[in-house]
Amino acid sequence: MAVVETRKLTKVFKEGEIGAVNEVDLETREGEFLVFLGPSGSGKTTLLRMIAGLERPTAGEILIGGKVVNDLTPRERRIAMVFQSYALYPHLSVYNNIAFPLKAQNVPKHTHKEKVQWAASLLGIGNLLQRKPRELSGGERQRVALARAIVREPSVFLLDEPLSNLDAKLRLAAREELERFHRRVGTTTIYVTHDQVEAMAMGDRVMVLNKGMVRQIGTPKEVYDDPADTFVATFLGSPPMNLIENDGITVGFRPEHFRLAEDIRESAKVNFKFRVENVEYLGAEFILAGILQGGKADGKNVIARLLLGHNFEIGTTYDFAVPERHLKFFDRTTEQKSPARPLTWQ
Amino acid sequence: MAIGGAKVKSIGAAQSPLLGLAMFSPAVLYILLLIGAPFLLAIFYAFSDARIGSTQLHYVGLENFRSILQSPSFKKALQNSIIFTVVAQIVVLVCSNILSIALEKPFRGRGLVRFLILLPWVAPVSLGTIGWKWILDSIYSVITWVLIWLGFVNRFSPPMWLGEEKLAMASVILVHCWRLIPFSTVILLAGRTAIPREIPEAAAIDGAGFWRTLFQINLPIMTPILGVAVLFGTIFTFTDMTVVYILTNGGPYDSTQTLPNLAFTQGIQGSDLAAGAAISVFLVPVLVIIAYLMLRVAHRAEVA
Repeated sequence: MAVVETRKLTKVFKEGEIGAVNEVDLETREGEFLVFLGPSGSGKTTLLRMIAGLERPTAGEILIGGKVVNDLTPRERRIAMVFQSYALYPHLSVYNNIAFPLKAQNVPKHTHKEKVQWAASLLGIGNLLQRKPRELSGGERQRVALARAIVREPSVFLLDEPLSNLDAKLRLAAREELERFHRRVGTTTIYVTHDQVEAMAMGDRVMVLNKGMVRQIGTPKEVYDDPADTFVATFLGSPPMNLIENDGITVGFRPEHFRLAEDIRESAKVNFKFRVENVEYLGAEFILAGILQGGKADGKNVIARLLLGHNFEIGTTYDFAVPERHLKFFDRTTEQKSPARPLTWQ
Repeated sequence: MAIGGAKVKSIGAAQSPLLGLAMFSPAVLYILLLIGAPFLLAIFYAFSDARIGSTQLHYVGLENFRSILQSPSFKKALQNSIIFTVVAQIVVLVCSNILSIALEKPFRGRGLVRFLILLPWVAPVSLGTIGWKWILDSIYSVITWVLIWLGFVNRFSPPMWLGEEKLAMASVILVHCWRLIPFSTVILLAGRTAIPREIPEAAAIDGAGFWRTLFQINLPIMTPILGVAVLFGTIFTFTDMTVVYILTNGGPYDSTQTLPNLAFTQGIQGSDLAAGAAISVFLVPVLVIIAYLMLRVAHRAEVA
């Protein structure tokens, strides 16, 4: 097991262009599950590929287990990677797919069978060993890819959107399985995804990336409750955080904190008049889209997320409020988090 | 959209039922007249005693085949054809593999290099071979000139590229390779680019080096396409007579004689149409078997 570190890691694909990854500093913790989260084109996969040794950094250093590995081949880095497409060898049986890393790394031949069976039983695919990849379902392929990754007992696991090729139902099951798998083997794992739900559910910590830059690293709770900037604030959460400008500062609040004023017991709250424009009924909750009326925030579009229990009419104005402790403040120009300050709303 | 398109198509077909026929009849005519008819005629001649200048024609059964099988020059030609084909295919496969690996990754001027490599295939065989005849000429050979200049070869007894048995054979094989490498390279390049990028990458992560990735991952995945390249290459070499005809015309002493050239020499130049036809037809079952085996290899690799 080892810790992965990057120092000012940068990748520029074409000279003169903005880098795909820009001066990324990060340090994983022993045995943790770290998630790279970002929209497509945010550089998360490029970052992972540089750690794997498939892409050469333009600048900066990568350290695995305290050693600079920039000039080492993927093989010498002792990492394992699961690709989005799984990249199983189509001409080899499941057994030979799993045994391939052992052969390639000259592991003594008499131990192959035992190791392959160990990896296969860990993932519950012991009965598939003679099949070819084309005869497997998506979920089974993913398990074969994982077995191939685990068989040589790597120091670091890299997973590149391994669930994105599965259908929604299978994805949930595979996610739980991955979590259980990680708890069992305890290997440091870096997981790339663009799916915030996956990131929140699986990550010990989440690193939010945008345009090749790290916007925030923290536990799922930290990045959700205390976003470092407006990008993180709006990228995480569905629907995203409401942002309103007031007194030269950007104020944000989550849709679930924007509720009927009568339901909020706290006295420190900001009151709004909220005209409902659209109601979405989602079974367990409502999503209300509407416009604020009067005061400095007049005419702003905001979204509220409420549990069932009330009836809302489109076109009617209600008294809504946000507890003050749930207001987030961001600098208008830098978009960075900024200290809370008293505001007037009328 | 798809439904609309299908409708338009079916209306077009209904309006002029002869359109389809008119569209493919030139191809059918071409094949029937220029390939089918001569082929049937050759089979017919192979069982007859047809000669140029004779109006008489009798059925002689397998007599022609019996006689060519006893002729030493036929045996020599058959042996040469096989040697040429097998050696040329091995050389072509190795070279075109190297080239396709070299041409896969982008570099400055790759387009130009690809174009230059394709040239030997685009140029007419006869023209290219005439060029080679000069390159390998006994007096004007540039190869000899360069070797003398480098000091590898004695100025007064230069190698006779087309005049010595072993060298003539090597020269014919060389020209076959020169002609087939571009074709094979293009096919292998297509096969190589069809492999998803992640697969060799996964192999690299799994710890495989260049050779292991090549022989255990890339080439096995490319087996069907390799089969196609070998199949075409084999047929092109086995049936080709231009290279031998222009370079050596089978000489010296039948050392480079091949079946197509022998068929031409005996059947047309030697006026023995029946023998020529028998030699030509003799190739057909051999090629059919090769084609069948190759396609089966390709198919099995695909299914597996």
